[in-house]
Amino acid sequence: MSRGANKLVMQVLGDFLNEENIVFDGKLTEETRLFGGDGMLTSIQLVMFITSLEEEIEDEWDVMLTLADEKAMSRRVSPFSSIKYLADYIEEKINEYE
Amino acid sequence: MNNRPRVIVITGSRKGIGRFLTEHYLESGDIVVGCSRSKTDLEHDKYTHFILDVSDEIAVKRMVSSVRKLFSTIDILINNAGMASMNHFLLTPKATVEKLFSTNFTGTFLFSREVAKLMSKKKKGKIVNFSTVAVPLNLEGEAVYAASKSAVVSLTKILAKEVGEMGITVNAVGPTPVYTDLIKTVPKNKIGELLNQQAIKRLGTFEDVLNVIEFFINPKSEFITGQVVYLGGVS
Repeated sequence: MSRGANKLVMQVLGDFLNEENIVFDGKLTEETRLFGGDGMLTSIQLVMFITSLEEEIEDEWDVMLTLADEKAMSRRVSPFSSIKYLADYIEEKINEYE
Repeated sequence: MNNRPRVIVITGSRKGIGRFLTEHYLESGDIVVGCSRSKTDLEHDKYTHFILDVSDEIAVKRMVSSVRKLFSTIDILINNAGMASMNHFLLTPKATVEKLFSTNFTGTFLFSREVAKLMSKKKKGKIVNFSTVAVPLNLEGEAVYAASKSAVVSLTKILAKEVGEMGITVNAVGPTPVYTDLIKTVPKNKIGELLNQQAIKRLGTFEDVLNVIEFFINPKSEFITGQVVYLGGVS
């Protein structure tokens, strides 16, 4: 069952970009690239964003996840490459957790 | 100026140096959150105690999450929890190696990671780790203990680089032997041999350790990170 990870990722990302004064020209969509290639975040910004996301997942759904685990790192397509991949990965991790 | 009390997390706060530091900061008006593997008899309205094993990832995450919900921030982390063992390496069981590395290294790693996540939000924080003079002195009989604390030194120096831009400093104090449970079983002649290798040949005191910690956590020390200060003139 979907928890709406997509919405949560968008919301946390929006807040993060504001707090860190990161300028993103365009509209955030599922396809927006987060990291790698023309991704909007630097590696350190990605680390901080993932940290904020883990905290929000815990506060919203009472689930403690470690998103950057070995499974995530060994995927052919990184879950951190786009909003869609990340949201799908979160849903998958929550299902496993439950 | 912000006058709210500081929130300080001290691991291994039930006894020894951890207890001394806990009482010191409570007397200074700070909020202290401590932990140990068993119950504490310390009661104070500004003290919260958690019972956990510092190498238990889930327990550490839960504790830091609770602190976040209670106080919304952590200003200072003192990774004091530690374990020592003295034995010839030919006679050292694997279980001792695992126990020492779990408490001394993994515990420091887990607390640093979880607390730094919180500190990074405020772009501010001080982490103080514990090494030992056994590292630079390469003490015989302390191969495993010194190796686990060497790992803490490497962790300290690398974390300092990784979180420097987040406004977090990471330093370590390397005490000489201090009268605590950690050394009570060490033969007197061994302690004497060790003291002879120091520039100042005496046991350390809790105040000596506190003095270095005070330097690291002083707001004026914002440019001091990745450093290890050994006591007693050991380098």
